[in-house]
Amino acid sequence: MPGLTSVPSGAPSEGTGAPELAGLLRSSSRGDQAAFARLYDATASRVHGLVLRVVRDPAQAEEVTQEAFLEIWRTASRFDSDRGSALSWLMTIGHRKAVDRVRAAEASSRRETKYHDRTQSVAHDETAEAVTATLEAQRVRHALESLTAAQREAIGLAYFGGYTHTEVATMLDLPVGTAKTRIRDGLIRLRDTLGVGE
Amino acid sequence: MNAMSNDIHLLSGAYAVDALDDLERARFEAHLDICHDCRVEVAGLREAASTLTDATTAIPPAELRERVLAGIATVRPLPPLAPTGPRAPGRASRRRWFPVLAVAAALALIAGLGAVWQPWQDEPERVLTAAERVIGAPDAESVSLEVSGADATVYRSKSRGQAVLVATGMPPAPDDKVYELWLRDESGHLEPAGLMPEGSDHTVLLKGNAADSTGVGITIEPVGGSKVPTSSPIAVFDFAEATA
Repeated sequence: MPGLTSVPSGAPSEGTGAPELAGLLRSSSRGDQAAFARLYDATASRVHGLVLRVVRDPAQAEEVTQEAFLEIWRTASRFDSDRGSALSWLMTIGHRKAVDRVRAAEASSRRETKYHDRTQSVAHDETAEAVTATLEAQRVRHALESLTAAQREAIGLAYFGGYTHTEVATMLDLPVGTAKTRIRDGLIRLRDTLGVGE
Repeated sequence: MNAMSNDIHLLSGAYAVDALDDLERARFEAHLDICHDCRVEVAGLREAASTLTDATTAIPPAELRERVLAGIATVRPLPPLAPTGPRAPGRASRRRWFPVLAVAAALALIAGLGAVWQPWQDEPERVLTAAERVIGAPDAESVSLEVSGADATVYRSKSRGQAVLVATGMPPAPDDKVYELWLRDESGHLEPAGLMPEGSDHTVLLKGNAADSTGVGITIEPVGGSKVPTSSPIAVFDFAEATA
């Protein structure tokens, strides 16, 4: 399933490369439900995988994935291939929905919990772990290795943990404002190493 | 928060991975409307972030597919934005001249005939409203956008320190919500500037001093309004794009 890479040179192992996803999105925006079904089949495991990773609870993750795809259907016309790949656009919607869900669900309990009580559960390098599983991810893993451990940690907490940069700073005992820079610097290096988003 | 407003560009990475709180997000999105470099950067960083999920896949249950496909049958896809419109909701189409000219014509009437011929007013000695004074001020500048299908123009007179929103055909706000207006300062901070009245057509004088504002934003807020935006602006009128 991990054939859907947004990286141009990535192997389109399922024949569902970026151009085709963009075409399916365009058809969907005109109300083509069959095209949308193909889009779903090609990307659901990617979107759901990310949502599940952030939300963690399987039942809630299903709801969020469903919301995300309804949003994708509704806003398909807003996808602009000049501004990024279709996959990245889909993942952005899925991620945003997932983060909104965990923040809404945890809004009250988070305030009551001291951040450092939770840091031990995230001390290991989740981001690197997440992408070492398949051969597909080799390039990404190499790119991640070009990041500092501190950058990987900050990006992992933000992206997979769904935490704000302010929360990340607190969790890592960083001065406020440092985490956002770390996240940005790390993503820039990742982007440049992978040669995406040019 | 203040450190953030000083260097708002640095929020691009946190924004790309949804690591901003709601207020920062609203501010940064308002900034994105006016900062091409940040838009390009965010797109690239999102692209980079999405590669992190190459190995994070999980096949959802088959019932989910059925629910999604049944669900879309009941949801109407949104129409595309204006051809050049690169951004999400509220991104305006190009400036429209017609309403501006229409208002200019009306103002010429007010200026030229106001004292004599006042078919729109019962009082014999009609005085220009504060809003009309802003619109008619010698240094008035304006920005027109399409907002949720409505034509909207913001006028600002620096000498008067005031701004006015003229909207035509505004759809009602969602249930239990109102449209709130904001004045944006140089740092991108949004100050509450009053609520839009109910009804589709209106002229609203914004609260607060608009002399140094860099733009006007509209958000959807709970009834009564908010002190800080709780949602992303549906429109941002950027005075950098204003015309005299």
